[in-house]
Amino acid sequence: MATDSLRPDLQIIADLVPPGVKLLDLGCGDGALLEHLARAKGVRGRGIELSEEGVLTCVRRGLSVRQGDLGEGLADYPDGSFDYVVLSQTLPYLDDPEMILGEMLRVGKRAIVSFSNWGYWRCRLELLLTGCIPQAPDLPQRWHDKPRWQAFTITDFAHFCQAAGMRIERQVYLARGRRIHVRKFKNLFSTTAVFVIRVSFQ
Amino acid sequence: MSTETSLSSSIGIVQTQHYTFAQDQPFELESGATLSPVTLAYETYGRLNAVRSNAVLIVHALSGGAHAAGYRSPDDPKPGWWDDAIGPGKAFDTDRFFVICSNVLGSCYGSSGPSSIDPATGQPYGLHFPVVTIGDMVRAQLALIDHLGIEKLLCVAGGSIGGMQVLEWAARHGDRVKAAIPLATTARSNAMQIALSEVGRQAIYADPNWQGGDYYANGRRPDAGLAVARMIAHITYLSEQSMHSKFGRRLQSQERFGYQFQTEFQVESYLKHQGHAFIQRFDANSYLYITKAIDYFDLSAGSGSLAAALAGAAHSKFLVVSFTSDWLYPSHHSKELVSALTAVGADVSYLDIESSAGHDAFLVEVDTMTRLLGSFMDRLAREERC
Repeated sequence: MATDSLRPDLQIIADLVPPGVKLLDLGCGDGALLEHLARAKGVRGRGIELSEEGVLTCVRRGLSVRQGDLGEGLADYPDGSFDYVVLSQTLPYLDDPEMILGEMLRVGKRAIVSFSNWGYWRCRLELLLTGCIPQAPDLPQRWHDKPRWQAFTITDFAHFCQAAGMRIERQVYLARGRRIHVRKFKNLFSTTAVFVIRVSFQ
Repeated sequence: MSTETSLSSSIGIVQTQHYTFAQDQPFELESGATLSPVTLAYETYGRLNAVRSNAVLIVHALSGGAHAAGYRSPDDPKPGWWDDAIGPGKAFDTDRFFVICSNVLGSCYGSSGPSSIDPATGQPYGLHFPVVTIGDMVRAQLALIDHLGIEKLLCVAGGSIGGMQVLEWAARHGDRVKAAIPLATTARSNAMQIALSEVGRQAIYADPNWQGGDYYANGRRPDAGLAVARMIAHITYLSEQSMHSKFGRRLQSQERFGYQFQTEFQVESYLKHQGHAFIQRFDANSYLYITKAIDYFDLSAGSGSLAAALAGAAHSKFLVVSFTSDWLYPSHHSKELVSALTAVGADVSYLDIESSAGHDAFLVEVDTMTRLLGSFMDRLAREERC
């Protein structure tokens, strides 16, 4: 099962992960990232996925994946059992972001989170001009679609990390699938962000 | 891959073999009793490779036997109990794997059990047969594996009480097994499961033909008791939904209630049939012994916790499977097992398969199971290079 083209944010995550590390992918879907990392970088990966079809596909790919609900946390995993814990394009769906991010940094040394940015200029314009809740370009769902989601922006997330004692170690920005290099106005020009987070040593 | 094309064919005609051991040195049981000699009936499918790295042990459920796949003769109407999963191109692909299935100790399909002849008396053991545990069953299988010259099993797989044996293998003989597939099972029988076993046993005890287990000589067997035990057990293998869709409230052979106590509902007729079919093929005393072994099973006993009991399995690979409508071994039993395996750092994959078939789902959900087990076995074959 070749996966030559990873979703752009997953490709960024794959580039950020060093070879040979232990990694846990939360909501790993069809296992595309885990398979790529195992093959290209010898990463020892594990996954958690809610859907039966996702788990079946992951096992088909030869991955080690458990069916599970992230809402229940990661209680089974001992502290520091992974180098990296990944959460890609899933945070808006979770009821308790602080809990899950805390758990990620308990079981992993670093967390990598990718998320869609509702601060993107078109989203802002859409709300202003149409008066309707905008769909994120990289997560096109209407407000009433299942599963329920909660919109937030890069600035929201950065504030949240600071308040929760999490240090953003690296940040990569994408606009419609392409990496962009911006110093200012990242919240305005990015459609997706990828953050590497550690526990703050303050 | 072969498992996806699923143009599955049969392994063909197979033969049951027997291995007898512990003639000189008695086999010691967990209870402290001994047994001598011990015979295990077993079948093998496929070929053991030169480096002996492709052996897969299949362990059966309560009423199963060594005959897991293929046919006994050209006009045999029914294949072995897990023919859906074992054969050329199937999940346990006999073109690649050497598959072994043996009848458990205490059963009545060729392995030593209460209906075997006690060499001390020349008569069937009856209740003089020592009570055996899941641990004893597995240590007997270990003797067979030694006999077959296999140092390490690629995988042990089985459902229900077979799953208990899988867990026993992984936890207590982790150095002899690389991967384990426990299906629709539990690491510990709970009060409800013991209660259901006991009702079945009581039905057998209550049959005057049981005669304290000493019924082999006079031709009066506790058929009525065993049939009721089977009927109760059979209900626990189904689900409310599967029974509703199979039978509903339909009547068997009339359109109106007869206002009498003959078999009227289809479900009654079905259970009666199940009970009747079972007494043709199973021994009541074996039923007592095997259900007792199930009830005694508690992997964590003596270890403090399930995780501690599974510490020896930390390096093994696991595929744990449960079924959403299984109320005999509900999914949370498997989830606890997966939690403990995760805590000790084992490589564990887990799926709670959506099914309305109840406990029987592990034999009934053929498509999903073929996909899942076949994928896992493909992975093992790749990673262990066999």
